[in-house]
Amino acid sequence: MASFESLRGYLQSMISPLQYIANTPKVAMTWISTNVTTRQQLMNENRYFRLNELVFHEQAMQLDILKQENERLRTLLASPLRSELKKMVAEILSVDSDPYSHQLVINRGARDGVYEGQPVLDALGIVGQILHVGQTTSRIILITDTSHAVPVRVKRNGLRLLASGSGQIDRLNLNFVPQSADVQVGDVLVTSGLGGKYPEGYPVATISYISNDESREFLRVYSTPIAQIDRLRYLLLLSDEDPINIFAPKTETEAVK
Amino acid sequence: MLAHNGIIILLTLLIAIIASIMPLPLSVDAFRPDWVLIVLIYWCMALPDRVNIITAWVMGFLLDVILGSVLGVHAAAMAIAVYIVAENFQKIRNFSIWQQALITGVLAALYHLVVFWLQHFLINVAFLTSYLYPVITTIVLWPWVFYLLRKVRRHFSIK
Repeated sequence: MASFESLRGYLQSMISPLQYIANTPKVAMTWISTNVTTRQQLMNENRYFRLNELVFHEQAMQLDILKQENERLRTLLASPLRSELKKMVAEILSVDSDPYSHQLVINRGARDGVYEGQPVLDALGIVGQILHVGQTTSRIILITDTSHAVPVRVKRNGLRLLASGSGQIDRLNLNFVPQSADVQVGDVLVTSGLGGKYPEGYPVATISYISNDESREFLRVYSTPIAQIDRLRYLLLLSDEDPINIFAPKTETEAVK
Repeated sequence: MLAHNGIIILLTLLIAIIASIMPLPLSVDAFRPDWVLIVLIYWCMALPDRVNIITAWVMGFLLDVILGSVLGVHAAAMAIAVYIVAENFQKIRNFSIWQQALITGVLAALYHLVVFWLQHFLINVAFLTSYLYPVITTIVLWPWVFYLLRKVRRHFSIK
């Protein structure tokens, strides 16, 4: 199976020029629309960004202090320090995908250090993970795909759940929720970090519907993804320390193992 | 493949592939015609010794990679649809343009159903009628593609 994966990687690299060509009309349109904005619009935007920056700066200062405090407490408790995750920004290539699955193509690949299974976020929450890697492009599977699931916990009380994709862009199903579970509409679900794929504590979805049919074995619970999955443009890729490159020569990958 | 301006055939297929992943507004995206299938059907009907099941399979395989589906799904569906054309090309050639359009529609429906069945078998997807919308646009598109590609074939005298 591993060899198939690298074959797919090479094929993906081969067809990536086609994807860039198909993306050009969109790029041209965006270029035109960004170049014909008025001075007034730019000034307004600038003011808005300045205000935002002020607010974020203030929050960042507080975050720094909290981080230090947290680290000190963790060393006191002798628990392992959490290392900072590396981040990379990627842009979506708007190319069409298979209608049977929820996938996206981005403009980063193995050359930029992308690896399979890497978690992907937008500004609000978890979007998905890397499915196939090419040299200059890679493919993301979204959390709403039917073959994808995220281990989550309820932020309010730490209850662990599993959010699997429904195939609809605005819904995740929560499987195997016992009738007695303490969940409410509006609860925020964050990643629990249990699967080992997604780092802990990033927002995933809010609970939107709970059926109160007691004749069923489990509660039927639906949630809405927090990330704006239908309006994505820029994405953030988080990465571990030593990613695995499928294009690396064999001896090197053996050495990593 | 490349003798007698055969490169033009490859070029039309390449354009068809790009057209099938070109971003479209969401409202018309479900109606995207099967560009690759329609171009393959034309070439297979016109020059069955140049474009055949193997070409169709390779194009389908490229589509699989480019659309991110399980490898071989579109390849198999494309090969099956084009097999029917390759087997009956002499009959199909003699039909009127609208009869050909209907046959193309039936082949497109077969193509989509084969893709659906394979996907259903692999990842358990549910059937929506919107999966068959491209059949309508493919039927409407056939006469235009037919005349355009015939013009291309005669202009470059591809044999």
